[in-house]
Amino acid sequence: MATTTLTAKGHLRVAARRRPYGIAPTAILLLGALYCLLPVSWVLVAATKSKAELFSTSTFAPGTGLLTNLADLAAYRDGVFWLWMLNTLLYAGGGALLSTAVSAVSGYTLAKYRFRGRNLIFNLLIGGILVPAVVLAIPQYLLFSRIGLADTYWSVLLPQILHPYSIYLARIYATAAVPDALLEAGRIDGAGHWLLLRRVALPLMIPGMVTIFLFQFVAIWNNFLLPFIMLGDDQMFPLTVGLYTLLAAGANQPSLYNLILTGTLLSIIPLIALFLTMQRYWRTDLAGGGLKS
Amino acid sequence: MQRNRLAVAAAAALAATLAAGCSGAAQEPAAPAAQSSAPAGPVKLTYWTWVPNMDKIAAAWNSANPDIQVTVSKQAGGDDAAAKFLTAAKAGNPPDLVQAEYQMLPSFVAADAVADLSGDVAQAKGEFGEGIWGLVTLGTDAVYALPQDSGPMMLYYRQDLFDKYGIEVPKTWDEYAEAARTVHKKDPKVFLGTFSSKDPGAFVGLAQQAGAQWWSISGESWKVAVNDDATRKVADYWGGLVKEGAIDDQPYFTPEWNKALNDGKLLTWPSAVWAPGVLSSNAPKAKGRWAIAPLPQWGTGENASGFWGGSSTAVAAKSPNRAAAAKFATWLNTDPEALGLLVKEGAVYPAAAKGGTMLGEAPDYFSNQPDFWQRAAAISATARGFTFGPNVNVTYNAFKDAFDKAVQDRSAFSEAVGKMQEATVADMQKSGFQLAQ
Repeated sequence: MATTTLTAKGHLRVAARRRPYGIAPTAILLLGALYCLLPVSWVLVAATKSKAELFSTSTFAPGTGLLTNLADLAAYRDGVFWLWMLNTLLYAGGGALLSTAVSAVSGYTLAKYRFRGRNLIFNLLIGGILVPAVVLAIPQYLLFSRIGLADTYWSVLLPQILHPYSIYLARIYATAAVPDALLEAGRIDGAGHWLLLRRVALPLMIPGMVTIFLFQFVAIWNNFLLPFIMLGDDQMFPLTVGLYTLLAAGANQPSLYNLILTGTLLSIIPLIALFLTMQRYWRTDLAGGGLKS
Repeated sequence: MQRNRLAVAAAAALAATLAAGCSGAAQEPAAPAAQSSAPAGPVKLTYWTWVPNMDKIAAAWNSANPDIQVTVSKQAGGDDAAAKFLTAAKAGNPPDLVQAEYQMLPSFVAADAVADLSGDVAQAKGEFGEGIWGLVTLGTDAVYALPQDSGPMMLYYRQDLFDKYGIEVPKTWDEYAEAARTVHKKDPKVFLGTFSSKDPGAFVGLAQQAGAQWWSISGESWKVAVNDDATRKVADYWGGLVKEGAIDDQPYFTPEWNKALNDGKLLTWPSAVWAPGVLSSNAPKAKGRWAIAPLPQWGTGENASGFWGGSSTAVAAKSPNRAAAAKFATWLNTDPEALGLLVKEGAVYPAAAKGGTMLGEAPDYFSNQPDFWQRAAAISATARGFTFGPNVNVTYNAFKDAFDKAVQDRSAFSEAVGKMQEATVADMQKSGFQLAQ
């Protein structure tokens, strides 16, 4: 095992030195980065423009209205924006934590235990990946209405906890990162299932769990359709749905573009902060895994 | 482990509801019955609306009526709001009160989502003009909502630039066409107006002015006449102007359109009474330079207008508190105090006849026209009635598809109207509506 990785790494290094494709890969990546960053930078610039400047000054010329926009947004309906921000943090943070926990345990179980119906469950989950969450939103709404949970925090949290792709990811990761021999050694020492999971498997799976957490956090943070359908009470809206109420304000009210742009800018800051902090954690753990094997 | 157990419990609960769902709708009436036998306390109503500051208006009601407490939940407006309400009504937990745009109300009625209030609000009829009242009765004996705001159409024009190009305010559509040619000849970068292929609401308003009646109910069946003579006349008029290039063909409410308004490249906008709000935020530079006049007419001596937009307050059919909800809706849309708040806080143009007197000072943007509201009220009285059908969204989407293409190909607009008619009829037949021939 160790030798094969070594030779593979050696090959990689040789390939890197030769650079058979020149700077093409770098250029493509740069183009991709530009493609992703251009809209973000537009939001950044547009959020600084005042109402009068937004549609009249040139696209990337910074405006003078950022502070007014921020003050207007904070004052809009007695600061409902901050409530939406907290709601979003609850949905994304709570949902991603619960989802990561469920995924890690399920993935570990599917990877390391042999039991009747294991393949059936796994195949069902794989099938679940193929069903887009958008398709499920309305049936889920009808089901939640029946059990009286529609229009509650749970109606947005619960459907996002079970996420087939994350379980799949956790299984793949557990297969690779948790050696059978280690579990065997633990069993010989008399550890039960719970102890093995907690003390042996989960610590090894942390980099994978961080990935799942980030994926789920971003997915829930950006989710629009599920909360839009589930929630009627505007005090429980997440940012996506809340900002949408500013945009679709009805035919006889102008859309509040300034506030929407400023709100959008503020709403991506936590995501960027999360990535910057989690990224570090991610890399050290990947390196740690390499050392152990 | 605890979390795992929770997930299993939730899955089991979902499975149970699935089974319940299969066993039929027998359970459905159980919920309202349970609620109505609840001990008498204050009745709690929820209200979905997108009128700004409606929560403040409801607070005024709540403090005066401790028995009926209304909670406002501000929603996104437009077509999505209608879809959301229909879904909620189908699932059995709609809000008690809902803001319903006039063109969406018939689809709510067709889905049995709103209650017939004729027993509760009969006395309110006299508060509204006949044209507006027809929008909430659909020409039947039932009353499906109370009119809240309306959008009578008028001609917004740049007074200063009319003087500059030496044109008179057009009294007829022929004069409007002539003025369009004159302006465009004097400055090829400037247009008198634009035809928007993205705003079916504006087109419906103009068709109403010409006397169009797209839908009507006779007995149990619907009659669809989207391609009636009046509509074809309006369509071909605008089609001709677009084809010869006398007016622009860019849609409304885009950044380019805002810019054109701001820079004085567009001189008129046939729009509704709510336009000041749009203009003041989209074209702040032109403040004090716009004025209003009645829409140009189809024949000399005529005096008619149409509606673009406007909405009503409906009560959900499944609401257990219909009477209380109807009481609040009546107060909101007919009481002088509520109307005053609607004008001041909600910035809407009330549908009630006496709402016009609530509007004193002209909007800030129109400070050059101190009698703005008086003029608007006079124009409002000339707006023709109209009945919307149960699938307006289909007709509107057909409008956007067909007119986009017609504008692009410079083909006849009346053909596009024909396509709207076909799409509307086909959809109604597919949905099982009875159609009169």
